[in-house]
Amino acid sequence: MAAQGEDLNLEATELRLGLPGTVESEKQQMPPSGRSMKRNLIDVNDERESNKEESDGLSAQNCDKQDVHRPSKAQVVGWPPVRSYRKNCFQKKVESESTGAFIKVSMDGAPYLRKIDLKLYKGYSDLLKDLQDMFKFKVGEYCEREGYNGSEFVPTYEDKDGDWMLVGDVPWNMFITSCKRLRIMKGSSEV
Amino acid sequence: MDPKKSRDSAESARAAQFPDEVLERVLSLLASHKDRSAVSLVSKTWYNAERWSRTRVFIGNCYSVTPEIVARRFPNIRSVTLKGKPRFSDFNLVPQNWGADIQSWLAVFAERYPSLEELRLKRMTVTDESLKFLALKFQNFRALSLMSCDGFSTNGLAAIAARCRNLTELDIQENGIDDNSGDWLSCFPENFVSLEVLNFASLSSDVDFDALERLVSRCNSLKVLRVNRTITLDQLQRLLVRAPRLTELGTGSFLQDLNAHQYSELERAFGGCKNLHTLSGLHDATALYLPVLYLACANLTFLNLNDTALQDEELAKVLVHCPRLQRLWVLDTVGDEGLEAVALNCPLLEELRVFPANPFDEEVNHGVSESGFLAVSYGCRRLRYVLYFCRQMTNAAVATIVQNCPDFTHFRLCIMNPGQPDYVTNEPMDEAFGAVVKTCTKLQRLAVSGLLTDLTFEYIGRYAKNLETLSVAFAGSSDWGMQCVLEGCPKLRKLEIRDCPFGNAALLSGLEKYESMRSLWMSACKVTMNGCEVLARERPRLNVEVMKDEESSDGQAYKVYVYRTVAGPRRDAPPFVFTL
Repeated sequence: MAAQGEDLNLEATELRLGLPGTVESEKQQMPPSGRSMKRNLIDVNDERESNKEESDGLSAQNCDKQDVHRPSKAQVVGWPPVRSYRKNCFQKKVESESTGAFIKVSMDGAPYLRKIDLKLYKGYSDLLKDLQDMFKFKVGEYCEREGYNGSEFVPTYEDKDGDWMLVGDVPWNMFITSCKRLRIMKGSSEV
Repeated sequence: MDPKKSRDSAESARAAQFPDEVLERVLSLLASHKDRSAVSLVSKTWYNAERWSRTRVFIGNCYSVTPEIVARRFPNIRSVTLKGKPRFSDFNLVPQNWGADIQSWLAVFAERYPSLEELRLKRMTVTDESLKFLALKFQNFRALSLMSCDGFSTNGLAAIAARCRNLTELDIQENGIDDNSGDWLSCFPENFVSLEVLNFASLSSDVDFDALERLVSRCNSLKVLRVNRTITLDQLQRLLVRAPRLTELGTGSFLQDLNAHQYSELERAFGGCKNLHTLSGLHDATALYLPVLYLACANLTFLNLNDTALQDEELAKVLVHCPRLQRLWVLDTVGDEGLEAVALNCPLLEELRVFPANPFDEEVNHGVSESGFLAVSYGCRRLRYVLYFCRQMTNAAVATIVQNCPDFTHFRLCIMNPGQPDYVTNEPMDEAFGAVVKTCTKLQRLAVSGLLTDLTFEYIGRYAKNLETLSVAFAGSSDWGMQCVLEGCPKLRKLEIRDCPFGNAALLSGLEKYESMRSLWMSACKVTMNGCEVLARERPRLNVEVMKDEESSDGQAYKVYVYRTVAGPRRDAPPFVFTL
């Protein structure tokens, strides 16, 4: 075995029952589990929250039960077993889903939702002005560090990944392509 | 009189009363291929009567027999169904130019079956020349169905449209073909009226809409119409008013700005379709325009939504109007909540397929989980066919699901991360599939996934006595697993395996089995050339084909395809296919 560092040298001299040359593989790490479909801002009790950072899946791990090398998903040809014809259709479609024109806007406490066309606005101030007119509220002052100060109303949006984000953090063009819906949150429901 | 003599004379008297023509007439009523196979084994007389009366032939593996042998045995064939490449070719595991070209079959048919009426092909290579040949040589030709085929373009379709005067069916599904423009549709002559089935949903370019509209107008027997994405909603409306007797409809794009008048016209057009039982297409449909469909959904039994990324609420609203639904295909964008709506609204559901919207995107966490599947199992007790792509599953959930729905005949579960365990207990998914095979005694088709040890295959071998098709990927611990399946499943016909630690011992444990199966596929396993050579030597009536790859080292047999055949080794094998 090539000497790659201290760990490997220790392994070489370790007393084991296995045949020389076999690697004692670690127990397989838990791969990333799916997240809950419902994206609440308050996710504290979600048992299925995954630690995405540490579980990069099976890329270099040997399963303790098998010798088969498991490449990461990106390397695997023909997996998942979905027809390539179908794949092309989906890529196009899902992209057009997220370049939204009309999106829903909800406000905590309001009896019904509204729909607006993001493409009609020139920027954040334009958008916020219209929202404040529509729902009869006022947002506070936006600053990068602390978000909106001075009002119990905070504009948030759900992005492509299902995460709830603060309106105003990203450049406008990025915002309109990734925003799926808007929610004006009210005071006490903030995290 | 000697008892034997009297019996003989009684028999010959009976035979005289039952001439071959009568037997043939009786046997001509048999439709099922299995029944006909059984009948042909009874006696020589019956074999002959059967072969003269057979008009439809189904060949599950085009290399298992030659067209000459088929023509010699069955002189009166009118309809041929042929399947070519191994199924994993759908997922790019089979290189281009592998074979399964229809031309050699057509050449024989032109001579022996000049009255051929129907050709149904799956995973075959069909060139434009072949389509032109077909159009030219077969005057009675009526029905062409091409599923997952490649090698042709719209030029070939133009030839069919122009020359096949009696065409009733043109069904082009999910093919990888060149779309050179939609002029082919204008090639149907103006006096051509016989079309009953037209499906061009998988073509991507524009068609001549006026030609299409006129075609639909004059073909009064049109029952099935599946258009492609380029057909807009107002164009759809014009087609629907001319074809109110449709039973199956595939729409084009549902993304268009309609004014109130157009909307109500479209709604009225759908309302006129009282006979619709199958609906598909609906590309880019959103909650805005889906309601136009509702009037046509009362008798819907099959709804195919896998071309539209619906959310749960949108799906729920549609399903309320489809109480008779038996088959539903959706994208996983509907989520578990969407599946709960299915459970609530579709008590008659027998088939559910959930496809992934973003199968190749590792960053995505959306989709469906075990809870969606569970919900459906509580609400839809008649489920017998499921194809489910998900990102997490548990043994407990699957056990409950099959307890709720023990009548599964097809259970295809794809946990998309290879080798993923039960995400709650971190254990292998062995018990899940164990529960499936123990409970679902009618199971014919099974696809397994997730982290699996040999125990899964022990269960399959022990309990899955009606299993015919098994798909395995990234699973198993040793040769023993595959051996259990080969020795245990008496009705196994198709076994396809990829990326599993099964080697020569496993391969050779099936020596007694392979001649009773259609085929075996093994790729990225531990089989070597030596093992394949032994198999080929021991079983000369099998074709043992190895595909060489850049990735495979010399001794390794990277892709192995084994099938029974009476045709001998392939004569058209490309350079990368070695028949041992």
